Amino acid sequence: MSTTYRTCPRSGLQFEAQAERLMLVNAVAAVVFLLVGGILAVGVVLTRWPAVHWLSADAFYMVLTAHGIDMLIFWIIFFEMAVLYFCSSTLLRCRIATPRMAWLGFALMLIGAVTNNVAVFRGSSSVMMTSYVPMMAEPAFYLGLILFAVGALIGCFVFLGTLVVAKREKTYQGSVPLVTFGAITATIIAVFTIVSGAIILIPTFLMSVGIIKEVDPLVYRTIWWAFGHSSQQINVAAHISIWYAIAAICFGAKPMSERVSRGAFLLYILFLQLASAHHLLADPGMSTEWKVVNTSYFMYFAVLASMIHGLTIPGAIEVAQREKGYTKGLFEWLRKAPWGNPVFSGMFISLIGFGFLGGISGVMMGTEQLNMLIHNTIYVPGHFHATVVVGTTLSFMALTYFLIPVLFKREMINPGLAKLQPYLFGLSMYFFCLVMMGAGTLGVSRRHWDMAMGGSPLAYEFPGAAYLMMGLVGIAGIAAILGGAIYIYITVGSLLWGKKLDAGVESSATIPLPKTPMPVSATIQGHGSAGFAAPGTFALALVFLVSFVLYYFINWKYLSQVWGLS
Amino acid sequence: MNQNDPNDLNAPVPFMQELLDNPFLLLFLGVMIPMVVYSLWGVIDILTIPVAK
Repeated sequence: MSTTYRTCPRSGLQFEAQAERLMLVNAVAAVVFLLVGGILAVGVVLTRWPAVHWLSADAFYMVLTAHGIDMLIFWIIFFEMAVLYFCSSTLLRCRIATPRMAWLGFALMLIGAVTNNVAVFRGSSSVMMTSYVPMMAEPAFYLGLILFAVGALIGCFVFLGTLVVAKREKTYQGSVPLVTFGAITATIIAVFTIVSGAIILIPTFLMSVGIIKEVDPLVYRTIWWAFGHSSQQINVAAHISIWYAIAAICFGAKPMSERVSRGAFLLYILFLQLASAHHLLADPGMSTEWKVVNTSYFMYFAVLASMIHGLTIPGAIEVAQREKGYTKGLFEWLRKAPWGNPVFSGMFISLIGFGFLGGISGVMMGTEQLNMLIHNTIYVPGHFHATVVVGTTLSFMALTYFLIPVLFKREMINPGLAKLQPYLFGLSMYFFCLVMMGAGTLGVSRRHWDMAMGGSPLAYEFPGAAYLMMGLVGIAGIAAILGGAIYIYITVGSLLWGKKLDAGVESSATIPLPKTPMPVSATIQGHGSAGFAAPGTFALALVFLVSFVLYYFINWKYLSQVWGLS
Repeated sequence: MNQNDPNDLNAPVPFMQELLDNPFLLLFLGVMIPMVVYSLWGVIDILTIPVAK
């Protein structure tokens, strides 16, 4: 099939026509679902804010169901599809494999997402994202998810096929670039995730239309979490790939050790999905051996991998900055970083928040004994907003600011507002997650419409601090939603009203990477290690480890007080 | 021929690099390991819960 390749004059990256269109439509669909999910977030936070308590119970559960699915699945996976096509076709400088199949995949994803949303907004599918059986939603709810999953699976195989095309046509030498390897990791986790989703959602759909009488609730929970939690692990692999890409884009940084970084991605491939077991640590049907092996042993290999990435990415930036002469003291390299560039600031706020808030709380939750402190409390959404919103969503936002001129060929509108956006969104989300985790530690329920459970025989008198923290969840949530709205305004506004930029030269064949390539394409598509001369990063890593140990100790101490055994 | 020279195209490819350069082998491992350790083992645990008498 004949195609054309466009060489971006600003980055040197080469976009194949079909792949570029697929990236554009997936990114636009993603932003539309972010917008819908963001509007729904207003309803969620203003209801969980005890003094406001806005929506009725029925409306709240409907809104929370749609918010969870639109944000955790549709926004993120549409964007990830754009990332997969970028990491394969663009970074490997080749045509996309089977573009018609890729379009079919996109169409199925879109139909599935709309079908699922319609089912939820009809009001009879307020089953939360987890949709535990025997609680039943409309058949269209499950059908929509299944169609979306099939479409995403097709996208994953188009990505893998594109790797084959690039290898066969020898468009790269040696191994694929590290960012592409990270995308391979995300794809592998996605295949496991989608297969697990199919295994459990197809029988549940058949149950909803009356063909099957029963799906065992515990089997459902076990397999559903292989889908539900692993879908968030796709995000982790994807946003860490983006961190590496942004370090290369903003600083020309090479990883401290490419071998170590690839090894860390391998640990993700082998062990990251097993962390799904922490959702079942309070389930009586699972054996202790299963719980211990999946969480307390294998999960730690994935935690090790995250800590490696958390060290090597800022370390790579530090080495690159020191080479430019920012060598004074431990932190001149960080002070002189481009904090006014939203591509960098968004990525760095994401990295720090993901590590300190999402990472530490995730390991705490994955420890069986400590999990009993916070199981099914609002601590859990506090944790996953730190990983998925601060980690993934903010990384995607940061990457978007790079893509507006490079992929969308538009000048970004209102750059002053764009400078502020990562700070407003990221820092308000930090606070949001912290107070949510604080309220969860005091026992506030994860999902209940009324935290006081008023009128119920199980009503519980929470301390005033719990109400205060839930009020702060509301305030911080509104600030974060405002930050998200600014992102959508800048993104959509740039597409609609931004000045058109030079698209660059088009050719009918891919042009090999020039011997003196432009910095962006050279560093993302190249190989090599930068070394470990990064004392500032090692100092930051020690701060992280001390925080980790202290938080762990505090929770064990807290547990000992909850269970007065002495 | 020097195995440690990254510019030597004739040097044998180390085992780990062969593994990391094979996305389909990684796909097999990345799907099979959690399928067995998490999903299959978990379902076997549930199905072998003794029935109450």
